[in-house]
Amino acid sequence: MRSHRRRRRARIRPYTFTGGRTRSRHPLMVQTLVSRADERVEPPRNLMPESERIYRLCAQVRSVAEISAELKLPLGVTQVLISDLADQGLVYIHPTITGHSPSENQVLERALRGLERLFQ
Amino acid sequence: MASNVSSNKRPSVASTKIVIAGGFGAGKTTLVGSVSEIPPVTTEAVMTEASVAHDDVSATPDKVTTTVAMDFGRLTLDDELIMYMFGTPGQARFWFMWDDLVRGAIGAVVVVDARRLADCFDAIDYFEKKQDIPYLIAVNKFDGKLDYTLEQIREAVEVGPEVPIVEFDARDRLESGNVLKTLLRYTLSRARERQREAD
Repeated sequence: MRSHRRRRRARIRPYTFTGGRTRSRHPLMVQTLVSRADERVEPPRNLMPESERIYRLCAQVRSVAEISAELKLPLGVTQVLISDLADQGLVYIHPTITGHSPSENQVLERALRGLERLFQ
Repeated sequence: MASNVSSNKRPSVASTKIVIAGGFGAGKTTLVGSVSEIPPVTTEAVMTEASVAHDDVSATPDKVTTTVAMDFGRLTLDDELIMYMFGTPGQARFWFMWDDLVRGAIGAVVVVDARRLADCFDAIDYFEKKQDIPYLIAVNKFDGKLDYTLEQIREAVEVGPEVPIVEFDARDRLESGNVLKTLLRYTLSRARERQREAD
């Protein structure tokens, strides 16, 4: 019974952190990688607990989806909190290759070479 | 931009994504599990007003909250490139929420169970309408043989001759890897075609 109540609360709370914002200002897709801008920096004391947990996870390069799954935070909330951390210069948002620009063709070729190496 | 901070991390690491779609039970999760370097992560994505507003669905005034199971796996393709494979929710009634998962994908695999062809129609319709994401059809052999030829299946699912159709066993790592290679080659040929048209 008690654990049931705790779970309910955990599911509602995160939305209050985003101040009602539902849109992140950075191009954050589920596959976008995030890492600490400077891995030696301790998280600032004024971070919300969820943001601090995200910051700590980002000691290693991780995707938005991995962060969301690991912290059991809804995707939308995770995106907004990461976007805030990026605004504060705390995390680095890595490039996401979507294949929509001809300049990315070389990366697609690398992807194919990587697959050919892995699955010969 | 805040992300220009000097960094001793590997800021050059980039990521990309392909989407694994198909009917419920067609073998999407099996495929992801066969090729992924990590155990597939099944996470409950709570699709809320947040996700919907993100896509500017201004025509949807009601707040929607649905929990959708989302599977994903990962492949490190080289020192600076990671590819994620995202399985889309199988239930057709969630598909209007797909856009958040599909946005930015370099390609998609529609996994088909030849015994239940109709189950993949929604997925094919979705990518036919999308246009900008190259997709292929991967027919899961399950018990080892198909009752139809790939061309019969192509006719049945009504896709054009340009859409690659391959057969594979989703439990087999190499066969599943071959599906990914075929998709990447198709993505690349489409990208080069676009480039030629633009030049």
